[in-house]
Amino acid sequence: MPNFVMSYLGSTVTPGEAGNQFWALIYVLIIFTGVSVAVIAMNWIERKALAHFQVRLGPMRVGPHGLLQPFADALKLMLKEDIIPAAADQFVFWVAPLIGLLAAFTVYTVIPFGPSQAVSDMNIGILFMLGVSSLGVLGIVVAGWASNSHYPLIGALRSSAQMVSYEVAMGLAVVSAVLMTSMNEKGTGTLSMIGIVQAQQQQGVWFIFKFFPLGFIAFVIFSIAMIAETNRAPFDMAEAESELTAGYHTEYSGLRWSLFMLAEYAAMIAVSSIAVTLWLGGWMRPFANLLHAPAWDFIFSLFPGLTFGSLAAIAFVGVTRMPAHSFFKIQRIGLAVFAALLGFIALLLLAIAIVGRSADASLAARFNEGIDYVYWFVLKVAVFMYLFIWYRATWPRYRFDQLMRIGWKVLLPISLGVLVVTAIVGVIVS
Amino acid sequence: MSPRTNDSANLDLETREKPYLDSNELIINMGPQHPATHGVLRVILKLDGEKVLGTECVIGYLHRGVEKIAENRTYTMFNPYVDRMDYVAAVSNGLGYCEAVEKLMNVEAPARAKYIRVILTELNRIASHQLWLGTHALDIGAMTPLFYTFRDREEILKIFEKYCGARLTTHAFRIGGCQYETYAGFEKDVKNFLSFVAPKIDEYETLLTTNRIWLERTKNVGVISAADAIALGVTGPVLRASGVKWDLRKAQPYAAYSEFDFEIPIGTNGDTYDRYLVRMAEIRQSLRIIEQAVNGIPEGPIMAKVPKVIKPPVGEIYHSIEAPKGELGYFIVSDGSTQPYRLRVRPPSFVNLQALDVMVRGLLVADVVAVIGTLDIVLGEVDR
Amino acid sequence: MNPGMNSAFNSGMAPVATPFFFYMLSGLAIVGGLLVITRRNAVHSALALIVTLLAVAGLYLMLYAPFVAGVQIIVYAGGIMVLFLFVIMLVNIERSSKERRFNRMWPVGLAAACALMALFVSAFVKGRALFPDRMMSLPESSNTQQIATMLYGEAGRMGQYTFAFEIASLLLLVAILGAVIMTKKKI
Repeated sequence: MPNFVMSYLGSTVTPGEAGNQFWALIYVLIIFTGVSVAVIAMNWIERKALAHFQVRLGPMRVGPHGLLQPFADALKLMLKEDIIPAAADQFVFWVAPLIGLLAAFTVYTVIPFGPSQAVSDMNIGILFMLGVSSLGVLGIVVAGWASNSHYPLIGALRSSAQMVSYEVAMGLAVVSAVLMTSMNEKGTGTLSMIGIVQAQQQQGVWFIFKFFPLGFIAFVIFSIAMIAETNRAPFDMAEAESELTAGYHTEYSGLRWSLFMLAEYAAMIAVSSIAVTLWLGGWMRPFANLLHAPAWDFIFSLFPGLTFGSLAAIAFVGVTRMPAHSFFKIQRIGLAVFAALLGFIALLLLAIAIVGRSADASLAARFNEGIDYVYWFVLKVAVFMYLFIWYRATWPRYRFDQLMRIGWKVLLPISLGVLVVTAIVGVIVS
Repeated sequence: MSPRTNDSANLDLETREKPYLDSNELIINMGPQHPATHGVLRVILKLDGEKVLGTECVIGYLHRGVEKIAENRTYTMFNPYVDRMDYVAAVSNGLGYCEAVEKLMNVEAPARAKYIRVILTELNRIASHQLWLGTHALDIGAMTPLFYTFRDREEILKIFEKYCGARLTTHAFRIGGCQYETYAGFEKDVKNFLSFVAPKIDEYETLLTTNRIWLERTKNVGVISAADAIALGVTGPVLRASGVKWDLRKAQPYAAYSEFDFEIPIGTNGDTYDRYLVRMAEIRQSLRIIEQAVNGIPEGPIMAKVPKVIKPPVGEIYHSIEAPKGELGYFIVSDGSTQPYRLRVRPPSFVNLQALDVMVRGLLVADVVAVIGTLDIVLGEVDR
Repeated sequence: MNPGMNSAFNSGMAPVATPFFFYMLSGLAIVGGLLVITRRNAVHSALALIVTLLAVAGLYLMLYAPFVAGVQIIVYAGGIMVLFLFVIMLVNIERSSKERRFNRMWPVGLAAACALMALFVSAFVKGRALFPDRMMSLPESSNTQQIATMLYGEAGRMGQYTFAFEIASLLLLVAILGAVIMTKKKI
């Protein structure tokens, strides 16, 4: 049995490629859980970060520094009455949040957390991702219509128009990155997510820096379009609170509403993953080609452990700074346990990094490698998540027609231009 | 020029039978429960897609019959009621009422009282503009300025609280002057506030004034020409942003305003961005006035000789002041008894709200909230 | 290494439970298609159409044509159906659901449908040679490149369908321009 598990852990291909459904199922479960946890964490971080941007404290009551707030929220939403308006289209109203959720989570099957850390490596991976993530808008459109109410309907109309106008620029930006993958001896590119990262590995450059500034421009276009695609500020017209009360989910409540939120955050993580994969080298650590000595590998493999270690240190500082009043006793203990947990994870990761270094191509080394891949990927995605919060705190909301104008008259021509120039430069260089 | 005020009354709210594919005219009820109508305003919007074809404001959800109540209260008893009209600028309301009654009785508040009045009123103007800025920015989607302005407005409310014990509905003035002498350290507090808030105003401006999205959302949105604005009776920053240099503090100086040196900021285009700039400049001018007032505050009594029972002579009076939102006027008819025979308030918000229809026709839904925000209405004052 | 694992690796991209997925997907497509034409509510029809399109995309995947499947999802299920819903939402559903569903042309439509089906059946019966007995197993990884080669050709050689492809794209461009001119009152 241990041997069996170990063979899985040491596998060098994705479960999809191995054709192993059981292993794929485990991967799917791990990713589903991981994404759900990430959404919960994102919920807390967004509220906290936004609060600190706005000279507030954010949640402080439920758990130390509001750490348990997302769980309290989730519990509340699950227990809340689920109201379906009498005039709503019952079936469509019921099914709409599921469409969004399914679309958001299906995307994760092809996201490469590492060269073998993905459910499957489809050879049309990026096409599949774009297609499926664009299905998410169907959930919004249908929800707005099914509510049989004017505000949701306007929200749905805005959302669909917005999606159609940004999808094009987004697709063209992606194509220019895909073009860059064909800069090899064979001259054939790839649409596979893993293949795209491997192409960056072979060419020794993240595509954001490739043909500077072409890759960078395409990246910027994508990162603007992805905000519009996920309906986040400053493009959150579909749920513009001050205009449409709550936009497409005005009539939703309780669990069904929370499904929309879950889908929104999952979609945010998904599109950030696309950006990371295409332009930021996916699972590769920074300077993978510049500093490629084993010593550097070792230093960079310490990062996961150090990250958790510093988080634990922050939590411990929080413990010492808690007021000495007996009211805070339980919170104090809770935070200390949390800090200890983080510290334990940090020690574990450091141990793996150290053991994995000395052992030669053993399981520990593999494991260490896997942790590195996932760590760097998640770290890059986390930067995007933070940017999402930052945008929301900083910018006013665009108006609907301005958004369309930017999509069609600014982003689309630029992305077309970048595509053409990338192709020309690529031909000249090769 | 005739503003199209009558069109809105003829807004065709009947859903007519439409041809098969042309049913995209929507009637939308914005409010009375809506996050961006600043209270309980109900705006019925007729939309073609997102384009506004016409609006109709339904008001009265916050009607408390303030003017009728006045007829059953003595002049002194009615004084706190005016605070509840424009509750974010309660001090201005009190100033207007007290001065109107004083004018009717032909008494004048002592110089020191006038200075205290000016300081508190101008502080209140800043507080009102800060609240406007925060909520207006929130309507346009910028969340953060709201919290910044509320943080700084708190300092003003603290001064109010120290002076008269109340933060919002202050009832700061009495007929004939002020009841309370300034507390020890009042001048220091005000001066501290002045040096505290000036950089904060710059902070708001760094977030918004040159922000591209803010410019796009506010420039050429809700334009009202000077002629239209005058015809509709619009006053205050909305009128001044259209380029009319009309400020009652200069035009008909009251309290001690004639003794201070300040500018009247005006705009040129009459759009939402100009109104924003005008109000920001007004905050700075208010700081100037407060500074002069605090430095030059005279010693002396704070209450004029006013009889215990206020019984103005038979007659009528109209007195108006420049409230943060525009011209706030009180028309009082006295029959010589202890209670007003009739009291009528000219609230700036109510009159300014009439310009909404002119300003939003042909714009989009998103602009409606921007324009409601830029008009800076307070429903307590609109409905009274 | 575990023997079971090895066999899994060696089998390569072995399709799993092919008949089950085939019948499931084609069943979904047919049921969806029937719902499209029988639902009174246009939005329900559109949703059923999406199910059909997705099922067809699944069938393409089973035929080792992942590129076509991906394009099917992006273009039809993602793009076109959103536009469909966009238009349908503006239609007064209450009214349209009360209107007579099939106009007097329905016998003609039925005849046309039967003729089309006859054509398919006859093509299948007569052209046996065209249809291989068993599923072709194309090398999956080069599917996208094969399509590219067919459409655009390789270096120095025009592709098999380059001309037809360009004609089709020109036609689409004209259609787009026509649509813009028809809807826009002033350009």
